Order: sequence, then C-alpha cells, then structure tokens
Amino acid sequence: MNLFDFTDGREGYYGEYGGTFLPEILHTTIEELKLEFRKAKEDPAFWQEFLQLMQSYSGRPTPVSYLENLSKKLGGAQIYVKREDLNHTGSHKINNVMGQGLLVKRMGKTRIIAETGAGQHGYATATMGARFGFDTKIYMGAHDVARQRPNVFWMENMGAEVVAVTDGQQTLKDAINECLRDWVTNMDNTHYVLGTACGPHPFPEMVSWFQSIIGKEARQQMLDNAGGLPDRIFACVGGGSNAMGLFQGFLDDEAVELVGCEAGGLGEGKGNHASRLAYKDASVGVAQGMKTYFLQNDDGNMLETHSVAAGLDYIGVNPVLVHLWEKERVRFEAVTDDEVTEALKMAMLTEGIIPALESAHGFAQAIKEAATMKPSERVLINMSGRGDKDIFTIADALGDEHWKRFIAQKADEYKAEKEG
Amino acid sequence: MSSLKTYLTERRQDKDCLIMTHVVCGYPSFEDNWKELEIMQQFDVDMVELQFPFSEPSADGPLFVKANQAAIDSGVTVADCFEFMQKVTAHFSFKVIMMGYYNTVFKTGQEIFLQKLADAGAAGFILPDLPVDEAQELYQIGTQLDLAPIVLMTPTNTDERLAKLAESADGFIYTVARRGVTGSQTEMDNEVATFVGRCRQATDLPLAVGFGVSEKKDIDFIAKHADIAVIGTAALRAWEEGKEAALNAFFKKLLA
Ligand SMILES: Cc1ncc(COP(=O)(O)O)c(C=O)c1O
Repeated sequence: MNLFDFTDGREGYYGEYGGTFLPEILHTTIEELKLEFRKAKEDPAFWQEFLQLMQSYSGRPTPVSYLENLSKKLGGAQIYVKREDLNHTGSHKINNVMGQGLLVKRMGKTRIIAETGAGQHGYATATMGARFGFDTKIYMGAHDVARQRPNVFWMENMGAEVVAVTDGQQTLKDAINECLRDWVTNMDNTHYVLGTACGPHPFPEMVSWFQSIIGKEARQQMLDNAGGLPDRIFACVGGGSNAMGLFQGFLDDEAVELVGCEAGGLGEGKGNHASRLAYKDASVGVAQGMKTYFLQNDDGNMLETHSVAAGLDYIGVNPVLVHLWEKERVRFEAVTDDEVTEALKMAMLTEGIIPALESAHGFAQAIKEAATMKPSERVLINMSGRGDKDIFTIADALGDEHWKRFIAQKADEYKAEKEG
Repeated sequence: MSSLKTYLTERRQDKDCLIMTHVVCGYPSFEDNWKELEIMQQFDVDMVELQFPFSEPSADGPLFVKANQAAIDSGVTVADCFEFMQKVTAHFSFKVIMMGYYNTVFKTGQEIFLQKLADAGAAGFILPDLPVDEAQELYQIGTQLDLAPIVLMTPTNTDERLAKLAESADGFIYTVARRGVTGSQTEMDNEVATFVGRCRQATDLPLAVGFGVSEKKDIDFIAKHADIAVIGTAALRAWEEGKEAALNAFFKKLLA
C-alpha cells in the first residue's frame, strides 16, 4: 500500500483528510518545501545520508527488547519493545528533526523554529540547531513550560531561545499558532520544523517518511530475533508521528493488527481527554493547516484537552491515520491517566525500563491485551521515549515523598542563595 | 460581477481613498461594537469587516488574538455574530464583509453558512486561512448568492500566482502590504508600491491595502497607488485607549 501515491487523487489528501490550508503569504514557501522534499525523497543518496547521520549521531538502529519478565508475569503474548528511548535526546522526535535539518541545509535556510508540547521535539530541534549551526527558536505553551522544565533547561543550554506562549490554553496547539505567526513573517530565511505528522501537506507525509525508519528496522528485527512478525503492534498517538513511523513498516502485513493508543485523560466526556478517534467527542474540521478530526464544539472552536502526557495533549490527529482508521486498518483505543501510571510502575518494576508518559499509553493497552492472548502470539510496543524528563510529573503521580523532600530542600538552598 | 464591486467602483469615483474598518464581534462587547460602528459611519467608512471569533486565529497579531479569545471566553457564538450582522446591515449604510477562519464556515456547513451570511445582509467574505486552491466550491456558492469571495494577494506571490488568484476573486482584492501578521506598523515605501503595481497588472478589481495602516500618510500613499485602505488594529487600539473620544480623534487625524 503506497499511501503517498497521489497520481489518482488530490496531492496531500488521504481519503478526504489532509490538504494544505495555509494563508496565501506562505504559498510560495510551501511550494518550495514540497519541491525540495520531493527531490530528496526520490534521491537514494539523501536517505543514505540520513541513515548514516542517525547511526553516527543518534545510535541507530535502536534495538528491539524482549520483555521476558513482563510476558511471564502476564502469562499471555510475548512482549517486545522498540527502543526509541535509546535515541540521542531520548525519543523518536530526533528522527524527524535530523531529516528536516538535512532538508534545511539543502534549502539554504539559516534559521529554524519549532513548537513543542512535552519538550522532546523542542529538545531534539535545539540539538539539531546546535549541530548544524542554525539560529533556533522554540515556542512552547506556558503551561507545558511549567510541567516540562528539564527539557527547557537543555534547550536553552544548547543555545535555543525558548518562548513561553501565553495565548489560548497555553499548550501545544497554541505553540503551533505562534510558529505559524513567526513563519509568515520570516519565511525567507526560516524553516518551520513541525514536530509531528500534522499540519499542512507536505508535513504529514514528510514527518511520516523520516519516522518510517522505526518500522523498517522493527520489522526486520522481529523477523531476525523474535522468530516472526508480531500479531499486534501498539503505539501512542499524539499528532501521530511515532505511530505512523512504526505502522508503515507493517502496513502490507495484513495479519499484523495496528493499534493506536490515545490519551484518555480522566475518561470520556468533552474536555476530559485528548482522544480524537477512540472516544466519540471529536468531529471533522479544518485548522492548523489540515482537514482532520478535531476536539471542537459546534461553532468549530477548539475544546480544552487533558492528558497527564503533554505530548499527547493535542486537539487534532494525523490525517493518514484517520484514513486508515476509516478503512479499519488501524484500531484506536483510549488509555486513561490512571491506567498509564499503573503501566509505568509495572514497566519499571518488572523490566527496569522507564517509558515516557506518552509511550506508557502504548504499554498500558498492550499489557491489557497481551494478558488475553496466547503465549504463542507476539506483541510489539513502540517505546517512543524515555520517562526521565517526566520526573516531576511522575513523582507527583506516584506521590513520592522522598522526591518531594528533596525538591523542598533544593528550594530552601536556592532561597538562601538568593537572600544571602 | 458582484454588486460589491459596483458599489466600490461607484464610491471610488467621488473619493480618493475608500476606507474599510474592522470589528471583532463581541469584543469588548456587542454594545461597544455598536458604538464603534456609529463613529465609523460618521466618518463615512465604505466597508466594515465583522470578524467572527475563532479559537485558533493563527493569521492575527497579538491584539486581535486577545480579542478573539476574550470574545469566545465571554460566550460569543456564531449565531450571535449572524444576529449582530443582521442588525448592523439593517441600520448602517456601509457594506459589511464577514471575516474569519475557514473552520467556522466548514463546521456550520458551507451552503448553510453562506445562506445565513446572505440573509444577514453581508456583501462578501474573507477567510485568510483558506487558499483559493481549496475554495472553488465555496466561491461558486458565494457567487450565486452575490457574496463576493475576497482574495488576498501577498508580496511573496509570483506574477503567475497573482494571475491565478485574480481568476477566483470578486468584489475587491485584499493586498497584504508586508510579511507577518496583523498589528504592527508597515513602512509604506517603494517596495509596497511595486507590489501593489504587480497586483494592478493582475486584476481590474479595486485594490485594498491592509496590514499596519495607521496614519494619514498611509492613506495618502494608498490614495495614490490603490483604492481602499484597511484600518484594523489601529482603530481597536484607539478604542481600548479611550473609547469614543479616542476613536473619534483617531479617525479625525487619519482622514484629515
Ligand atoms: C516520547 C513521546 N512520545 C510520543 C509523542 C507524541 O507525538 P507523536 O504522536 O507525534 O508521536 C511525544 C510528543 O511530544 C513524545 O515526546
């Protein structure tokens, strides 16, 4: 299945979803980007350059780990994990970022901007900016700045300017709006490094292409090391980039079931979660450059969203995934904040791994389903990132008294320093 | 040809520069909007854009972003905006243009939305996030209802693209004087004149110049190179600074 063959349809559309909905002032810029991307995609040397960069700089290929303890404990399917957490900067976001960085060099631009939710994409972009010598500005909702300070710290120390966005809900969608405002002003020297497989065409295709490295590796690793393809694969879905990355490797394997795991937050009901497809609170709309499912009201204004995982706390979803969902190729499930915390604890205690809160959504759903499957079956989870960045949020969720005491003590030290 | 074009062409024969102003529906309140519009009528403005507030106003600058958000937070709905528009067109003599983002139209349903606009007495619509390539169906429905689809031309467009934009347009053309979002000052210089000249080559529709128009000298410039000056943020800023008195003073100085 070639999702990106537009010869019989409209370019940038997947069924009725996708498209390029941008102000006219960006028309020339987006056309230029489409052209450069098309050239790169058709040039085998470009992918080779990308692979080498990812090997030498980010430690690819990332391994697939067999979770023997967890599999035994549940007594169902054998559980495997694709370790995107072992990338440099700790998540899959670096795949897309480095790819776009190579494109920016080709386009001769000198400045990059990016939105970030969890901060993982901003962190990866700051890294790329430092490595390639670009002037870097990161827009981040003020609410996310407050809950993801460790990533802000690293971004700033790698020379990026981090702007806290105080409009709207002060989360990911507002950071995207702010990037668009910067881009319509500075498009001559600036590339917008969009961090997920959303936004106007060609971003959903381009980000999915760079992330497809995950699924390509994972499929081969399952064949080589696990004795066969998985029966089901699980990925968390914020904008949809890590899920698209993994799923593309298995699209043509019809026996492999693809499961997207959304943020169920506090559970069903408008405003309680960020689930666009698994719950029935979203509808089709056009915003942030694309036509897709959005969590919106009857007037088309966006709803509040909630998730313990900042990276999944988003109103819209990748249009390709919506298309695949309608064709019943991808199943969507929602996982609540409470289920996520439990899955995270189990992963840490039984296997000594720390999934990011986003990735833990995939773990939770896989754990639930694996228990009901046969030991001869296999499941694969995309561990899109590592949880170290979430230490503040996780400590709160676990109510860790030792951590709280440590922070209080640090606060006292800083206070004394300031007053002394 | 739309009746908006006829109206503007006729008015332009008696005036050096036509004026289009902007109001965000329900910000600060519909009562304030009404008072602003009374002043605008006194200064004989030719058109007013009524912006339907949207939660993701990504083409707007800080002041309008705040206005959109505050209007939504205070409970302004699409139905309220239509109702207000109806009252405005019944009472005032200037033409009214709907301005907003495409999702507001899409979510209501294209045909229903445009029918409501026509019923409320609008003369056209501006949707800055809907490129002409995605707009053909909507524009056709609009044309049938004598609602002019207002197209934006921008300095980054090639001549070829400007020609394509002209094909879809009616009423007038909104030329965007510079890169960026609404709100900050634009230096009306040779660069803008050259760009407006390129737009003139592409179309015989009246040309409006917008983004950053705030002073008398901008109006003089536009009178010389185009047809319509768009007054957006500057008027709202005046209102925020001192309500009726400040807005009156602003227009007096601007149109002296
Ligand atoms: C670790 C991690 N996983 C997943 C996501 C969700 O994004 P996407 O759906 O594009 O993979 C994020 C986003 O910030 C993330 O940081």
